[in-house]
Amino acid sequence: MGIVACTRCTKAWPLGTPVCGRCGHKMVSRDFQSLQKVWAFWLVGLMCYIPANIYPMLKTKTLFQVEESTIIGGAVELAQHGAYGVSLIILVASVVIPLAKFWAIAYLAISVKTRLPAGNHSRQLMYEIVEYIGRWSMIDIFVVAILSSLVQLKTLATINPGPASMFFALSVIFTMLSAQAFDSRLIWDHEAKDRGPQQDV
Amino acid sequence: MKDTVDHELDIPLTDLIVCPQCDAAYHLQVPEVGEKAVCQRCNTVLIAPRRKAGLQIIALALGIFILLIGATFFPFLDIDAAGNKNSVSIVDAALAFANGPLIMLALVTAALIILIPLARVMLTLYVLVPIVLDMPPARHAMQAFRLSEALRPWSMAEIFVLGCAVALVKVADLATVGFGPAFWMFSALVVLIVAQESFMCKWSVWNSLEHPKKS
Repeated sequence: MGIVACTRCTKAWPLGTPVCGRCGHKMVSRDFQSLQKVWAFWLVGLMCYIPANIYPMLKTKTLFQVEESTIIGGAVELAQHGAYGVSLIILVASVVIPLAKFWAIAYLAISVKTRLPAGNHSRQLMYEIVEYIGRWSMIDIFVVAILSSLVQLKTLATINPGPASMFFALSVIFTMLSAQAFDSRLIWDHEAKDRGPQQDV
Repeated sequence: MKDTVDHELDIPLTDLIVCPQCDAAYHLQVPEVGEKAVCQRCNTVLIAPRRKAGLQIIALALGIFILLIGATFFPFLDIDAAGNKNSVSIVDAALAFANGPLIMLALVTAALIILIPLARVMLTLYVLVPIVLDMPPARHAMQAFRLSEALRPWSMAEIFVLGCAVALVKVADLATVGFGPAFWMFSALVVLIVAQESFMCKWSVWNSLEHPKKS
Protein backbone atom coordinates (compact mmCIF):
# COMPACT_ATOMS: atom_id res chain seq x y z
CA MET A 1 0.00 0.00 0.00
CA GLY A 2 3.08 2.17 0.16
CA ILE A 3 2.65 3.55 3.63
CA VAL A 4 4.26 2.92 6.98
CA ALA A 5 2.50 3.72 10.23
CA CYS A 6 3.74 4.79 13.61
CA THR A 7 2.81 2.17 16.21
CA ARG A 8 2.98 4.80 18.96
CA CYS A 9 0.72 7.53 17.60
CA THR A 10 -1.07 5.81 14.64
CA LYS A 11 0.02 8.39 12.04
CA ALA A 12 0.69 7.23 8.49
CA TRP A 13 3.78 8.17 6.48
CA PRO A 14 5.15 7.31 3.02
CA LEU A 15 6.95 3.97 2.98
CA GLY A 16 10.59 4.25 3.99
CA THR A 17 10.20 7.11 6.46
CA PRO A 18 12.60 6.14 9.24
CA VAL A 19 11.26 8.20 12.17
CA CYS A 20 7.72 9.38 12.87
CA GLY A 21 7.53 13.11 12.18
CA ARG A 22 4.88 13.59 14.84
CA CYS A 23 6.17 11.78 17.89
CA GLY A 24 9.71 10.78 16.94
CA HIS A 25 9.12 7.04 17.33
CA LYS A 26 11.28 4.78 15.17
CA MET A 27 9.27 3.23 12.36
CA VAL A 28 9.60 0.06 10.34
CA SER A 29 6.85 -1.36 8.20
CA ARG A 30 7.45 -4.79 9.71
CA ASP A 31 10.05 -5.49 12.30
CA PHE A 32 11.59 -8.61 10.79
CA GLN A 33 14.18 -8.71 13.50
CA SER A 34 11.26 -8.79 15.91
CA LEU A 35 11.27 -12.58 16.11
CA GLN A 36 14.98 -12.71 16.83
CA LYS A 37 14.56 -10.29 19.70
CA VAL A 38 11.53 -12.17 20.96
CA TRP A 39 13.46 -15.46 21.05
CA ALA A 40 16.56 -13.88 22.61
CA PHE A 41 14.62 -12.31 25.49
CA TRP A 42 12.47 -15.42 25.76
CA LEU A 43 15.52 -17.65 26.22
CA VAL A 44 17.11 -15.39 28.85
CA GLY A 45 13.78 -15.24 30.66
CA LEU A 46 13.50 -19.02 30.65
CA MET A 47 17.10 -19.41 31.81
CA CYS A 48 16.41 -17.08 34.75
CA TYR A 49 13.20 -18.89 35.60
CA ILE A 50 15.02 -22.15 36.39
CA PRO A 51 17.25 -20.87 39.24
CA ALA A 52 14.27 -18.82 40.43
CA ASN A 53 12.55 -22.08 41.26
CA ILE A 54 15.58 -23.98 42.57
CA TYR A 55 17.02 -21.42 44.99
CA PRO A 56 15.15 -20.25 48.08
CA MET A 57 12.97 -17.19 47.74
CA LEU A 58 12.68 -16.46 51.45
CA LYS A 59 14.89 -17.17 54.44
CA THR A 60 12.80 -17.22 57.60
CA LYS A 61 14.60 -17.21 60.95
CA THR A 62 12.46 -17.84 64.01
CA LEU A 63 13.51 -18.54 67.59
CA PHE A 64 14.13 -22.20 67.04
CA GLN A 65 14.83 -22.71 63.41
CA VAL A 66 16.03 -21.33 60.12
CA GLU A 67 13.82 -22.12 57.18
CA GLU A 68 14.44 -21.58 53.50
CA SER A 69 11.51 -21.86 51.17
CA THR A 70 11.31 -21.87 47.40
CA ILE A 71 8.39 -20.39 45.47
CA ILE A 72 6.46 -23.65 45.26
CA GLY A 73 7.51 -24.70 48.79
CA GLY A 74 6.16 -21.45 50.20
CA ALA A 75 2.83 -21.85 48.46
CA VAL A 76 2.49 -25.46 49.65
CA GLU A 77 3.27 -24.34 53.19
CA LEU A 78 0.57 -21.68 53.03
CA ALA A 79 -1.95 -24.24 51.83
CA GLN A 80 -1.05 -26.48 54.75
CA HIS A 81 -1.80 -23.58 57.09
CA GLY A 82 -5.23 -23.37 55.52
CA ALA A 83 -4.69 -20.17 53.50
CA TYR A 84 -5.84 -21.73 50.24
CA GLY A 85 -6.80 -18.45 48.58
CA VAL A 86 -3.41 -16.84 49.04
CA SER A 87 -1.50 -19.97 48.13
CA LEU A 88 -3.57 -20.12 44.96
CA ILE A 89 -2.75 -16.47 44.11
CA ILE A 90 0.95 -17.19 44.56
CA LEU A 91 0.85 -20.40 42.55
CA VAL A 92 -1.04 -18.72 39.73
CA ALA A 93 1.08 -15.55 39.70
CA SER A 94 4.48 -17.19 39.95
CA VAL A 95 4.08 -20.61 38.37
CA VAL A 96 1.03 -20.82 36.12
CA ILE A 97 1.28 -17.34 34.56
CA PRO A 98 5.03 -17.45 33.81
CA LEU A 99 4.80 -20.92 32.28
CA ALA A 100 1.71 -20.01 30.27
CA LYS A 101 3.50 -16.88 29.12
CA PHE A 102 6.55 -18.79 27.90
CA TRP A 103 4.25 -21.12 26.02
CA ALA A 104 2.09 -18.33 24.57
CA ILE A 105 5.00 -16.21 23.32
CA ALA A 106 6.63 -19.25 21.74
CA TYR A 107 3.34 -20.21 20.12
CA LEU A 108 2.83 -16.72 18.70
CA ALA A 109 6.37 -16.51 17.39
CA ILE A 110 6.13 -19.91 15.72
CA SER A 111 2.67 -19.19 14.31
CA VAL A 112 4.00 -16.23 12.34
CA LYS A 113 6.35 -18.50 10.41
CA THR A 114 4.23 -21.59 10.01
CA ARG A 115 0.48 -21.92 10.07
CA LEU A 116 -0.87 -23.18 13.35
CA PRO A 117 -4.50 -23.92 14.15
CA ALA A 118 -5.39 -20.60 15.74
CA GLY A 119 -7.26 -17.78 14.05
CA ASN A 120 -6.00 -14.22 13.84
CA HIS A 121 -8.44 -13.01 16.43
CA SER A 122 -7.55 -15.60 19.00
CA ARG A 123 -3.86 -14.95 18.42
CA GLN A 124 -4.36 -11.20 18.77
CA LEU A 125 -6.33 -11.83 21.96
CA MET A 126 -3.57 -14.11 23.20
CA TYR A 127 -1.00 -11.41 22.54
CA GLU A 128 -3.00 -8.80 24.40
CA ILE A 129 -3.51 -11.10 27.38
CA VAL A 130 0.21 -11.90 27.50
CA GLU A 131 1.10 -8.22 27.36
CA TYR A 132 -1.42 -7.34 30.05
CA ILE A 133 -0.84 -10.16 32.45
CA GLY A 134 2.96 -10.35 32.31
CA ARG A 135 3.40 -7.53 34.80
CA TRP A 136 1.34 -9.30 37.45
CA SER A 137 4.04 -11.89 38.00
CA MET A 138 6.01 -9.20 39.80
CA ILE A 139 3.65 -9.66 42.74
CA ASP A 140 5.87 -12.32 44.26
CA ILE A 141 8.85 -9.96 44.27
CA PHE A 142 6.78 -7.30 46.01
CA VAL A 143 5.58 -9.80 48.61
CA VAL A 144 9.19 -10.76 49.33
CA ALA A 145 10.14 -7.08 49.60
CA ILE A 146 7.26 -6.32 51.97
CA LEU A 147 7.84 -9.37 54.13
CA SER A 148 11.56 -8.88 54.48
CA SER A 149 11.23 -5.24 55.45
CA LEU A 150 8.28 -5.85 57.75
CA VAL A 151 9.35 -8.97 59.60
CA GLN A 152 12.51 -7.73 61.27
CA LEU A 153 11.61 -8.55 64.86
CA LYS A 154 15.11 -8.97 66.25
CA THR A 155 15.40 -12.38 67.89
CA LEU A 156 11.78 -13.42 67.47
CA ALA A 157 11.59 -13.70 63.73
CA THR A 158 13.31 -12.26 60.71
CA ILE A 159 12.68 -12.77 57.01
CA ASN A 160 15.29 -12.07 54.38
CA PRO A 161 15.16 -12.35 50.59
CA GLY A 162 16.90 -15.31 48.98
CA PRO A 163 18.81 -15.39 45.70
CA ALA A 164 15.78 -16.68 43.79
CA SER A 165 14.12 -13.27 44.12
CA MET A 166 16.65 -11.68 41.79
CA PHE A 167 16.36 -14.43 39.19
CA PHE A 168 12.60 -14.30 39.35
CA ALA A 169 12.53 -10.52 38.85
CA LEU A 170 14.91 -10.86 35.90
CA SER A 171 12.77 -13.60 34.42
CA VAL A 172 9.65 -11.43 34.62
CA ILE A 173 11.44 -8.43 33.13
CA PHE A 174 12.89 -10.42 30.24
CA THR A 175 9.59 -12.07 29.36
CA MET A 176 7.95 -8.63 29.39
CA LEU A 177 10.64 -7.39 26.99
CA SER A 178 10.12 -10.48 24.86
CA ALA A 179 6.38 -9.84 24.60
CA GLN A 180 6.99 -6.18 23.77
CA ALA A 181 9.46 -7.09 21.04
CA PHE A 182 6.82 -9.13 19.24
CA ASP A 183 5.40 -7.21 16.29
CA SER A 184 1.68 -8.02 16.48
CA ARG A 185 1.17 -6.74 12.92
CA LEU A 186 2.86 -9.95 11.72
CA ILE A 187 -0.20 -11.87 12.87
CA TRP A 188 -2.39 -10.20 10.27
CA ASP A 189 -0.13 -10.19 7.25
CA HIS A 190 -1.20 -13.37 5.52
CA GLU A 191 -4.75 -12.00 5.43
CA ALA A 192 -3.73 -8.98 3.33
CA LYS A 193 -4.09 -9.36 -0.45
CA ASP A 194 -0.43 -8.69 -1.09
CA ARG A 195 0.49 -10.88 1.91
CA GLY A 196 1.93 -7.87 3.70
CA PRO A 197 5.27 -6.16 3.26
CA GLN A 198 8.01 -8.54 2.25
CA GLN A 199 11.35 -9.09 3.86
CA ASP A 200 13.32 -6.88 1.49
CA VAL A 201 11.20 -3.76 2.03
CA MET B 1 -14.60 4.36 10.53
CA LYS B 2 -16.19 1.86 8.19
CA ASP B 3 -14.22 2.03 5.03
CA THR B 4 -10.93 0.23 4.93
CA VAL B 5 -8.65 1.99 2.51
CA ASP B 6 -8.15 0.18 -0.76
CA HIS B 7 -4.87 -0.40 -2.40
CA GLU B 8 -4.65 2.46 -4.85
CA LEU B 9 -4.42 5.42 -2.60
CA ASP B 10 -5.65 8.87 -3.48
CA ILE B 11 -6.32 10.09 0.05
CA PRO B 12 -3.73 12.36 1.66
CA LEU B 13 -1.77 10.55 4.38
CA THR B 14 -2.97 13.04 6.98
CA ASP B 15 -6.48 11.63 6.54
CA LEU B 16 -5.37 8.13 7.45
CA ILE B 17 -5.27 6.39 10.77
CA VAL B 18 -3.50 3.06 11.07
CA CYS B 19 -4.21 0.53 13.80
CA PRO B 20 -1.02 0.16 15.87
CA GLN B 21 -1.82 -3.47 16.67
CA CYS B 22 -2.68 -4.97 13.28
CA ASP B 23 -1.70 -2.29 10.71
CA ALA B 24 -5.16 -1.94 9.17
CA ALA B 25 -5.53 1.53 7.62
CA TYR B 26 -8.71 3.60 7.87
CA HIS B 27 -9.98 6.86 6.54
CA LEU B 28 -9.86 9.21 9.51
CA GLN B 29 -13.24 10.25 10.87
CA VAL B 30 -13.18 11.70 14.34
CA PRO B 31 -16.06 10.19 16.37
CA GLU B 32 -18.44 12.32 18.40
CA VAL B 33 -17.73 12.90 22.08
CA GLY B 34 -18.65 9.73 23.97
CA GLU B 35 -18.37 7.53 20.90
CA LYS B 36 -15.49 5.27 20.03
CA ALA B 37 -13.62 4.47 16.87
CA VAL B 38 -12.66 0.80 16.99
CA CYS B 39 -10.47 -1.15 14.60
CA GLN B 40 -12.79 -3.42 12.60
CA ARG B 41 -10.20 -6.13 12.32
CA CYS B 42 -8.74 -6.53 15.81
CA ASN B 43 -11.07 -4.45 18.01
CA THR B 44 -8.37 -2.12 19.30
CA VAL B 45 -9.87 1.20 20.40
CA LEU B 46 -8.36 3.85 18.14
CA ILE B 47 -10.07 7.07 19.20
CA ALA B 48 -12.36 7.66 22.20
CA PRO B 49 -12.83 11.36 22.90
CA ARG B 50 -14.50 12.53 26.13
CA ARG B 51 -15.88 15.87 27.11
CA LYS B 52 -13.53 17.85 29.36
CA ALA B 53 -11.22 14.85 29.56
CA GLY B 54 -8.14 17.07 29.71
CA LEU B 55 -9.24 18.87 32.84
CA GLN B 56 -10.34 15.64 34.53
CA ILE B 57 -7.03 13.97 33.74
CA ILE B 58 -5.10 16.92 35.14
CA ALA B 59 -7.16 16.83 38.34
CA LEU B 60 -6.58 13.08 38.67
CA ALA B 61 -2.89 13.47 37.93
CA LEU B 62 -2.52 16.08 40.68
CA GLY B 63 -4.31 13.74 43.07
CA ILE B 64 -2.05 10.86 42.09
CA PHE B 65 1.02 13.04 42.55
CA ILE B 66 0.07 14.08 46.09
CA LEU B 67 -0.99 10.58 47.14
CA LEU B 68 2.18 9.09 45.69
CA ILE B 69 4.40 11.43 47.70
CA GLY B 70 2.38 10.77 50.85
CA ALA B 71 2.23 7.03 50.34
CA THR B 72 5.98 6.88 49.91
CA PHE B 73 6.88 8.13 53.35
CA PHE B 74 4.02 7.12 55.66
CA PRO B 75 4.11 3.57 57.03
CA PHE B 76 1.83 1.24 55.12
CA LEU B 77 1.96 -1.83 57.32
CA ASP B 78 2.77 -2.26 60.98
CA ILE B 79 3.46 -5.46 62.80
CA ASP B 80 3.21 -6.32 66.48
CA ALA B 81 4.47 -9.64 67.80
CA ALA B 82 4.86 -10.11 71.56
CA GLY B 83 5.88 -6.52 72.16
CA ASN B 84 8.21 -6.28 69.18
CA LYS B 85 6.85 -3.56 66.94
CA ASN B 86 7.88 -2.57 63.48
CA SER B 87 6.30 -0.37 60.88
CA VAL B 88 7.49 0.05 57.35
CA SER B 89 7.04 2.55 54.58
CA ILE B 90 7.32 1.84 50.87
CA VAL B 91 10.86 3.18 50.92
CA ASP B 92 11.74 0.52 53.51
CA ALA B 93 10.10 -2.17 51.42
CA ALA B 94 12.02 -1.15 48.33
CA LEU B 95 15.24 -1.05 50.31
CA ALA B 96 14.64 -4.53 51.74
CA PHE B 97 16.96 -5.82 49.03
CA ALA B 98 19.57 -3.15 49.66
CA ASN B 99 21.99 -5.43 51.50
CA GLY B 100 24.65 -7.11 49.44
CA PRO B 101 24.23 -8.32 45.88
CA LEU B 102 20.49 -7.73 45.78
CA ILE B 103 20.98 -3.95 45.64
CA MET B 104 20.03 -3.93 41.95
CA LEU B 105 16.73 -5.49 42.86
CA ALA B 106 16.15 -2.74 45.44
CA LEU B 107 16.61 -0.11 42.77
CA VAL B 108 14.32 -1.93 40.34
CA THR B 109 11.62 -2.36 42.99
CA ALA B 110 11.78 1.32 43.97
CA ALA B 111 11.57 2.32 40.33
CA LEU B 112 8.59 0.09 39.56
CA ILE B 113 6.44 1.15 42.49
CA ILE B 114 7.42 4.80 43.05
CA LEU B 115 9.69 6.38 40.47
CA ILE B 116 7.99 5.25 37.26
CA PRO B 117 4.43 6.09 38.39
CA LEU B 118 5.77 9.45 39.57
CA ALA B 119 7.55 10.08 36.28
CA ARG B 120 4.43 9.21 34.30
CA VAL B 121 2.28 11.61 36.33
CA MET B 122 4.74 14.45 35.85
CA LEU B 123 5.06 13.78 32.11
CA THR B 124 1.26 13.73 31.79
CA LEU B 125 0.95 17.07 33.55
CA TYR B 126 3.77 18.53 31.47
CA VAL B 127 2.04 17.51 28.26
CA LEU B 128 -1.59 18.22 29.13
CA VAL B 129 -1.54 21.46 31.11
CA PRO B 130 -0.54 23.66 28.14
CA ILE B 131 -3.06 21.90 25.88
CA VAL B 132 -5.95 22.42 28.28
CA LEU B 133 -5.00 26.05 28.83
CA ASP B 134 -4.99 26.53 25.02
CA MET B 135 -1.33 27.47 25.08
CA PRO B 136 1.27 26.22 22.60
CA PRO B 137 2.56 22.77 23.63
CA ALA B 138 5.50 22.64 26.00
CA ARG B 139 8.96 22.03 24.56
CA HIS B 140 9.52 18.40 23.59
CA ALA B 141 5.95 17.65 24.66
CA MET B 142 5.67 14.92 22.02
CA GLN B 143 8.80 13.14 23.20
CA ALA B 144 7.50 13.48 26.75
CA PHE B 145 4.19 11.88 25.86
CA ARG B 146 5.90 9.12 23.93
CA LEU B 147 8.14 8.37 26.92
CA SER B 148 5.11 8.31 29.19
CA GLU B 149 3.43 5.78 26.89
CA ALA B 150 6.57 3.65 26.73
CA LEU B 151 6.75 3.56 30.53
CA ARG B 152 3.14 2.46 30.90
CA PRO B 153 3.70 -1.31 31.29
CA TRP B 154 6.46 -0.70 33.85
CA SER B 155 4.33 1.26 36.28
CA MET B 156 3.30 -1.35 38.83
CA ALA B 157 1.60 0.44 41.72
CA GLU B 158 -1.57 -1.65 41.51
CA ILE B 159 0.39 -4.89 41.65
CA PHE B 160 2.12 -3.68 44.78
CA VAL B 161 -1.24 -3.19 46.53
CA LEU B 162 -2.24 -6.79 45.86
CA GLY B 163 1.22 -7.81 47.05
CA CYS B 164 0.52 -6.05 50.34
CA ALA B 165 -2.62 -8.08 50.84
CA VAL B 166 -0.81 -11.34 50.12
CA ALA B 167 2.03 -10.45 52.50
CA LEU B 168 -0.50 -9.60 55.18
CA VAL B 169 -2.07 -13.05 55.06
CA LYS B 170 1.36 -14.67 55.02
CA VAL B 171 2.39 -13.19 58.35
CA ALA B 172 -1.06 -13.12 59.91
CA ASP B 173 -0.45 -16.16 62.07
CA LEU B 174 3.02 -14.99 63.06
CA ALA B 175 2.00 -11.60 64.42
CA THR B 176 -0.70 -8.96 64.50
CA VAL B 177 -0.48 -6.88 61.37
CA GLY B 178 -2.33 -3.68 60.60
CA PHE B 179 -2.66 -1.37 57.62
CA GLY B 180 -1.03 2.04 57.99
CA PRO B 181 -2.20 5.29 56.35
CA ALA B 182 -0.04 4.76 53.29
CA PHE B 183 -1.84 1.54 52.46
CA TRP B 184 -5.15 3.37 52.09
CA MET B 185 -3.44 6.12 50.13
CA PHE B 186 -2.00 3.52 47.81
CA SER B 187 -5.37 1.85 47.36
CA ALA B 188 -6.96 5.19 46.44
CA LEU B 189 -4.01 5.82 44.14
CA VAL B 190 -4.72 2.66 42.18
CA VAL B 191 -8.33 3.72 41.59
CA LEU B 192 -7.18 7.15 40.40
CA ILE B 193 -4.56 5.66 38.08
CA VAL B 194 -7.12 3.34 36.48
CA ALA B 195 -9.57 6.25 36.06
CA GLN B 196 -6.87 8.42 34.49
CA GLU B 197 -5.92 5.68 32.03
CA SER B 198 -9.51 5.19 30.91
CA PHE B 199 -10.18 8.93 30.43
CA MET B 200 -7.12 9.44 28.29
CA CYS B 201 -7.65 9.31 24.53
CA LYS B 202 -4.14 9.06 23.14
CA TRP B 203 -5.10 10.00 19.62
CA SER B 204 -6.73 13.23 20.81
CA VAL B 205 -3.56 14.13 22.69
CA TRP B 206 -1.38 13.48 19.63
CA ASN B 207 -3.77 15.42 17.48
CA SER B 208 -3.83 18.47 19.73
CA LEU B 209 -0.05 18.36 20.08
CA GLU B 210 0.22 18.40 16.30
CA HIS B 211 -2.41 21.07 15.71
CA PRO B 212 -2.29 23.39 18.73
CA LYS B 213 -5.11 25.92 18.92
CA LYS B 214 -3.97 29.40 18.11
CA SER B 215 -4.89 31.80 20.86
